[in-house]
Amino acid sequence: MTANRLAESLLALSQQEELADLPKDYLLSESEDEGDNDGERKHQKLLEAISSLDGKNRRKLAERSEASLKVSEFNVSSEGSGEKLVLADLLEPVKTSSSLATVKKQLSRVKSKKTVELPLNKEEIERIHREVAFNKTAQVLSKWDPVVLKNRQAEQLVFPLEKEEPAIAPIEHVLSGWKARTPLEQEIFNLLHKNKQPVTDPLLTPVEKASLRAMSLEEAKMRRAELQRARALQSYYEAKARREKKIKSKKYHKVVKKGKAKKALKEFEQLRKVNPAAALEELEKIEKARMMERMSLKHQNSGKWAKSKAIMAKYDLEARQAMQEQLSKNKELTQKLQVASESEEEEGGTEVEELLVPHVVNEVQMNVDGPNPWMFRSCTSDTKEAATQEDPEQLPELEAHGVSESEGEERPMAEEEILLREFEERRSLRKRSELSQDAEPAGSQETIDSGSQEVLSELRVLSQKLKENHQSRKQKASSEGTIPQVQREEPAPEEEEPLLLQRPERVQTLEELEELGKEECFQNKELPRPVLEEQQSERTPNNRPDAPKEKKKKEQMIDLQNLLTTQSPSVKSLAVPTIEELEDEEERNHRQMIKEAFAGDDVIRDFLKEKREAVEASKPKDVDLTLPGWGEWGGVGLKPSAKKRRRFLIKAPEGPPRKDKNLPNVIISEKRNIHAAAHQVQVLPYPFTHHRQFERTIQTPIGSTWNTQRAFQKLTTPKVVTKPGHIIKPIKAEDVGYQSSSRSDLPVIQRNPKRITTRHNKEEKL
Amino acid sequence: MQWPPPWRRSPLVSATPPPGPTTGLLRPRRVSEAGDSSTEGARTGHSHYVTPAESAMERRSQPFPSLRPASPTNAPAHGRGSDCTAKEPPLANVCRQNYGAAQDPVEPAGRRSASHVTGSSLGKAEVACGRRWRWAELVANSSWSPAGRATEMKVKMLSRNPDNYVRETKLDLQRVPRNYDPALHPFEVPREYVRALNATKLERVFAKPFLASLDGHRDGVNCLAKHPENLATVLSGACDGEVRIWNLTQRNCIRTIQAHEGFVRGICTRFCGTSFFTVGDDKTVKQWKMDGPGYGDEEEPLHTILGKTVYTGIDHHWKEAVFATCGQQVDIWDEQRTNPICSMTWGFDSISSVKFNPIETFLLGSCASDRNIVLYDMRQATPLKKVILDMRTNTICWNPMEAFIFTAANEDYNLYTFDMRALDTPVMVHMDHVSAVLDVDYSPTGKEFVSASFDKSIRIFPVDKSRSREVYHTKRMQHVICVKWTSDSKYIMCGSDEMNIRLWKANASEKLGVLTSREKAAKDYNQKLKEKFQHYPHIKRIARHRHLPKSIYSQIQEQRIMKEARRRKEVNRIKHSKPGSVPIVSEKKKHVVAVVK
Repeated sequence: MTANRLAESLLALSQQEELADLPKDYLLSESEDEGDNDGERKHQKLLEAISSLDGKNRRKLAERSEASLKVSEFNVSSEGSGEKLVLADLLEPVKTSSSLATVKKQLSRVKSKKTVELPLNKEEIERIHREVAFNKTAQVLSKWDPVVLKNRQAEQLVFPLEKEEPAIAPIEHVLSGWKARTPLEQEIFNLLHKNKQPVTDPLLTPVEKASLRAMSLEEAKMRRAELQRARALQSYYEAKARREKKIKSKKYHKVVKKGKAKKALKEFEQLRKVNPAAALEELEKIEKARMMERMSLKHQNSGKWAKSKAIMAKYDLEARQAMQEQLSKNKELTQKLQVASESEEEEGGTEVEELLVPHVVNEVQMNVDGPNPWMFRSCTSDTKEAATQEDPEQLPELEAHGVSESEGEERPMAEEEILLREFEERRSLRKRSELSQDAEPAGSQETIDSGSQEVLSELRVLSQKLKENHQSRKQKASSEGTIPQVQREEPAPEEEEPLLLQRPERVQTLEELEELGKEECFQNKELPRPVLEEQQSERTPNNRPDAPKEKKKKEQMIDLQNLLTTQSPSVKSLAVPTIEELEDEEERNHRQMIKEAFAGDDVIRDFLKEKREAVEASKPKDVDLTLPGWGEWGGVGLKPSAKKRRRFLIKAPEGPPRKDKNLPNVIISEKRNIHAAAHQVQVLPYPFTHHRQFERTIQTPIGSTWNTQRAFQKLTTPKVVTKPGHIIKPIKAEDVGYQSSSRSDLPVIQRNPKRITTRHNKEEKL
Repeated sequence: MQWPPPWRRSPLVSATPPPGPTTGLLRPRRVSEAGDSSTEGARTGHSHYVTPAESAMERRSQPFPSLRPASPTNAPAHGRGSDCTAKEPPLANVCRQNYGAAQDPVEPAGRRSASHVTGSSLGKAEVACGRRWRWAELVANSSWSPAGRATEMKVKMLSRNPDNYVRETKLDLQRVPRNYDPALHPFEVPREYVRALNATKLERVFAKPFLASLDGHRDGVNCLAKHPENLATVLSGACDGEVRIWNLTQRNCIRTIQAHEGFVRGICTRFCGTSFFTVGDDKTVKQWKMDGPGYGDEEEPLHTILGKTVYTGIDHHWKEAVFATCGQQVDIWDEQRTNPICSMTWGFDSISSVKFNPIETFLLGSCASDRNIVLYDMRQATPLKKVILDMRTNTICWNPMEAFIFTAANEDYNLYTFDMRALDTPVMVHMDHVSAVLDVDYSPTGKEFVSASFDKSIRIFPVDKSRSREVYHTKRMQHVICVKWTSDSKYIMCGSDEMNIRLWKANASEKLGVLTSREKAAKDYNQKLKEKFQHYPHIKRIARHRHLPKSIYSQIQEQRIMKEARRRKEVNRIKHSKPGSVPIVSEKKKHVVAVVK
């Protein structure tokens, strides 16, 4: 019986993992039934024997294949035994007979089986049972863990748990069933429909939807601000443009135009640096424009305007100038061909060529040196230098075709041009001086010496020019730059001519120049003017001490330089013994650190101080009850009289002696109030982990005196709410969202009535 | 300046044209009126506005209305500004007209005659207009009185939003504007402390838990049962075999049945409440109808099952027509059969009580005299586990909200709450009784339970506390044998030796009956205050103070001494033996002898 039960329950538990724990031969305990089975088999055999007595029944017997399964102890079936067994079959080797193969297999299996182990005793089996069942039950119960935990931690539990769902129809349904009856209602509905107000579906109107889809408020605000700014800027620009357009001064417009041109060039330069291909294109464009201009045969003094100007030129200076300007423009336009031819004529020509060849090519050459921009700069300056060196040689040639017209040409290069030139020159000067300084240690004096004379003379010229420039600037400052002053500069057009040729290159370093200009100005302010002049003129000579002419000045210069750079030697002197210095510093640092670490380490004194403070603090304070102005004059600056103060000062009684009075090394705090202590919580209550937490909960008021109504309600919600008169049923699986088991709780046996009867029979037997 | 100002005058008496701001509002009316009059003007040759006085005049002198309407009522308006009087009709008069048109059958006739309007459709339109005008007037009056006159006379006044101080109904509380600035309400903690102290004191003052005593039994009450559907109905079985059904609201006995010979050992109701089962010392299980027999019929059980042994307890399944009895073994019965569908046994001692788990209903728990608690699985018809305690457990009760928690009432004065998955250590040991605990029942909320003891008292324990929060006793209450917590979690019933069933409040100081919202708020606030300051010594002392009968009190003292002595001895033993040789056993583990798988 138990075995059957066991089998049943095991079937039921087949999905359980716990089965794995069972002993392996557990299944074999089926053989418990063997005793019964044995008897049955004997009975069967007997029956067979009896039936076999009768010849007719034999065939029938052979058909009974099903029962034989039951009969065989070792599960040997009589499969294939339907055929008649002939003696010859048995005599022959077994292999050949296919029908007996299965039997043989089974026989071999039987042979391989060992003896059956003893079945477990009943108690043990039951124990195993119980364990399995318990584990299963525990697993079933574990599904309640989260529910229980949630309920235990819940802020509020409202019983009964199952809520009667109030049948609330959605508003759409209510509305769809409702119709406008009165005229007023109809009117309202008409209005609503007209405005596309959703009536049945409480959603958004199309407009609202669109607005929601469009953007958020902040985005809209930002965008609005942006637009406003853009509009304002546009209006400013427009106003500015209008203003500028109104300006009638031709000069102004000229300057502007030039500025624009420069800017364009600058941009082009930048583009060249950044994107050579685009720059090339740009260049081509420029070239094309130039060609177009040239083709158009403008600036030939053949137009109507030019003719009229030509007539006026005799008497009017300005007209003449204008004509000349146009001519110069024409020349500029037509220059290219000439220059090209010139370069071919020239001996070395490389430098000049460099100037004329598109800069892209130049750049490539320069980039050979390396990508370093500084290197690049120096290269360009070098070339410039070379150019300046060559200048004197070029001069006569240029004069041959240029100077004749140059008088007119120079004028448009107004003040700014002059300034630019000035910067350029200065820069070149400085560069050269530096170079020469650099060159000095290398011992390349001779190379410089070879061309020194030339350079010298040139430099002299340059310095002279500079002087002039400065003077002119001074004048400019005194009285606004006028044409006559500019004209005064004309004596040195020869020097300026080559610089003109360099134009693109110069513009390339415009930014630099600006910076330089600033620097120079700074210097100018610092140094007295004569010194500046001298310095500039002498920087180069001071490289060559053997130059006799400059010696005096050089000495002077050194003095001056000393004056200027007094700091530098001192710095060097500091820099030389750096290592020792560092060691010293380290030591000092170490000492400092230690000092800092133990800075406040005067423990004893600190403690004494602390104690003194504690004593002071614990002393009862005097009470001053004087009322200024009471019974006497009062006011700002008037103090109550000493007598009065004495009278109204209540002296605090001397407290009991401190407990630590005679203990110099101890501070005993006497703050604790015994009377208050009786009302205070002595031990930190359970759920709190820190006294701060507890204090904070106590300090937070929950009453409606300190809280808003809503907060008060929230703070005072009871933990468990029950409704009077409502029956609270035990929690159900459905209440918490679990599926209640559809399975009946009835015992397994109950579902198998046959078993029950046997069971009860057995019980009754008991 | 005229007094009363025009906006204070009744529209019926005065007819002042509204000044500037209202003209915009009233313009549409003029247009419509003009439209009306234009239709009529086509006939009469001129258009104008009609006033009641005028119409009355016209009633006298028909058919030609005067060209210039000069009503005496709007004379002041005439005097002040000619522009409005000439064009604007006096507002109030028009209104009145329209009222008249709407209500008075005579007036419209005159009006119609005056304005030469005929046709019912037009009249209707006018009625509609009249409604609108009234609204307009209201708007006008309210809008122009402070603003419109500002140019002529400055009236400074406090303006308050009535929403802030007007009650919606008379029953509402007066709104009191409050300033929550903490500076204005200092000493929060001391004030709340005092409030908490007062609340605690009041709680003690109002702690009167005893409600009623149901007397009628002629022997000690041995068992109690709740009606699953009806809060007012309680069943009780006595030691003389009598079963009584009580009505708690009327506090009387509805029905008396002589159910058994000898004790009624157990009683339980069917889950639907239509019938109940009793077991007695006469080895029978009887099923009774909840409703009494008709007049003249004899009290007879529905079914009677005659068993072979005495049944000591019975419990009904929570969902199905199955009940369980206990005695020598736990039997599970189908209601329709006379034989148990299965019986489970583990050990050979008599089982005193069996209880179905209310949540996972296939689980059963039972306790036997051999000190053990056994759990069964009804589905697999096998016992699951057994825990053996120090002393005998009298009964157990499952937590109705937590499927795996049950509490056992033990003879050793303690109650043990177990998690059935881990029986080797109880979750909590509840001690306060000074004698054997005989019965235990959970509150339906699952947060507390009540225990009945042989020490003539019942105690209420929070599930998660080891000490009771409440003790109930009376002078006459003897050993309490059974206790039940009602299904609405408000009351407790206990049946005791001296033949009475007593009804208690579960919350001693709770006010019975309906609470107003203010009372409820105050109650909640006080409760929270008590919780907040519960650790303060004075409050704690007051809250914990209970009067106890001398016997219990002295017993407590005695047991305290005994416990202290035992503790001291243990400490001394640990102290004077080799460290580690005497294990320190926690209080929870001390009482569990073994867990049998």
